[in-house]
Amino acid sequence: MKLNKINSAHESSLSLGTVPKKSSFNRYQSRAAYFLIAPTLILFVVFMVIPIGMAIFLSFTNYDIISSMEFVGLDNFKRLIDDAILWQTFRNVGVLTLFFVPLMIIISLLLAVLVTQPFRGVTLFRLAFYIPTVTSAVAASIVWLWMLNSEYGLINQMLSYVGIAGPAWLSESGPAMASVIAVTLWLGVGGNMIIYMAGIKGIPTQLYEAARIDGASSFKQLIYITFPMLRPTTLLVSTMTIIGALQIFDQAYVLTQGGPANSTKTIVYHIYTTGFEQLQMGYASAQALVLTITILIFTAINFKINHSKDQ
Amino acid sequence: MKKSENLKKLIFYIISSAIAVIMVMPFIWSLLTSIKPDTEIFRIPLQWLPSTITFDQYIEAFESVPFARYLFNSLYLAVMGVFFNLLFGSMSGYAFAKLKFKGRKVIFAVLLAAMMIPGVVVMIPQYIVLNNMPLMGGNDIFGQGGHGLLNNFWAVILPGAAGSFAVFFMRQFFLTLPDEYMESARIDGCSEFRIYWNLYLPLTKPALATLGIFTFQAGWNSFLWPLIVLNDRSLYTVQIGLQAFTFDKQTAYGPMMAATIIIILPIIALFMYLQKYFIDGANFSGIKS
Repeated sequence: MKLNKINSAHESSLSLGTVPKKSSFNRYQSRAAYFLIAPTLILFVVFMVIPIGMAIFLSFTNYDIISSMEFVGLDNFKRLIDDAILWQTFRNVGVLTLFFVPLMIIISLLLAVLVTQPFRGVTLFRLAFYIPTVTSAVAASIVWLWMLNSEYGLINQMLSYVGIAGPAWLSESGPAMASVIAVTLWLGVGGNMIIYMAGIKGIPTQLYEAARIDGASSFKQLIYITFPMLRPTTLLVSTMTIIGALQIFDQAYVLTQGGPANSTKTIVYHIYTTGFEQLQMGYASAQALVLTITILIFTAINFKINHSKDQ
Repeated sequence: MKKSENLKKLIFYIISSAIAVIMVMPFIWSLLTSIKPDTEIFRIPLQWLPSTITFDQYIEAFESVPFARYLFNSLYLAVMGVFFNLLFGSMSGYAFAKLKFKGRKVIFAVLLAAMMIPGVVVMIPQYIVLNNMPLMGGNDIFGQGGHGLLNNFWAVILPGAAGSFAVFFMRQFFLTLPDEYMESARIDGCSEFRIYWNLYLPLTKPALATLGIFTFQAGWNSFLWPLIVLNDRSLYTVQIGLQAFTFDKQTAYGPMMAATIIIILPIIALFMYLQKYFIDGANFSGIKS
């Protein structure tokens, strides 16, 4: 520690004496900096900057990888208007989001409240609630594919115990969408639980102490202190969840292949089909642009919320 | 007072246990399925426990599908992802946190802004960029003629090798370290690169561990991008390979559950050992936006 002090004293006297030398020293420092960021920057330009430019350009062309690119002006965007499947996927994802986001918030908040209770064994519950989050969407979907199997799956077998004939979950449109939503919830609530836990820990304990002195029950404390204090977290979680929901692909691909009759097909799934199965890369780029604008609107809202929160 | 406290406790345990069962049951059910003989898997009413434990489904999983190959591929891709993100992320994170250079603020702001761009918009262009990578995969210097880096592991590794998230995460950590080491090392004539590598990098071990786990998990679990760029069966990852157990609407549930257990197990084992790092990563991704 003492040595450090001497060094810094030494340095300040040094830099005072040799002002002109400082610029060459900075040049050396910046050369090292450019060397250190070079790999990141090169990859960033090749796989991010150029592709973003291309994404806009491509949406004005017809391109199938094999034959050469053809400029078609606004044709792709005109085609978007009549693309019944695209709008259906937007509707599907809209319906999904409508159910998914509120459920996500209610459940992850409930989980966070549960695992911040001062009871024995909460760490074990915390572990159990978080575990699905570490698995992949594909593996989770495969597991649920079997759980939801109409004949031998656990869900329908359990239902038959209580005399209910469960539906063919993944091949009827309503239950199929419900399945996709349920699996996505199962997979994601743990992550948001962690974020809510951080929020709960940030609430000043005096508030609860004051409430207890006033004789408020724990349920009332939850309604009048915990929920309102977590509003910023809730806004953050909801916009992040919407942005995530707009880009769902894996679950729909594995669980239902978008069926039956495209009723669970998602936007990204449709873009994937157009671009990589039908090789209409120009048109798929136009579709992707529409989705991107939608996502960026929510990102902007998210950003605005976070900034007003800081003030 | 005591009575209401006990009631609260009871409600807590009932609700928590019910949810815990829902969260964990799918894993237990697939594990049980994977050690049953076929006749007991497809049985009505269901049979919870196998009459004898069999590993036939696991053997079948490895024999009917080149599953060992897929495992190796996934492991390789995840490890390479971790390696490059830790290296490039810490290099540029250090530069942005500790070094002064022209354009530092602007470049960092651009990198950060890129985190907001959804992956779907660059999906098709990235594919075309990889396809036209000059001098690769039979391409000429203008990127024509061959298939570039497509159908090559680099097609998965390179686009994700220096994620903005890694840079941002490492920068935040370097910012918490004091500048004094750097200043005194400079006086001693230590080179800038060695200051980063020998002095500061060893201090970031907890951050590297968190980022490493985060990246490993993302790499191991990724699906859509490998599905797009890896078409050769011998390059498939486990996540793509799982589809191989479904042939013409006929699903081999036994081997498929065995394979799923094998895929999930390493991540869950990792999680059990290194929970703290997982949670740190999850927390950070919440703060980031």
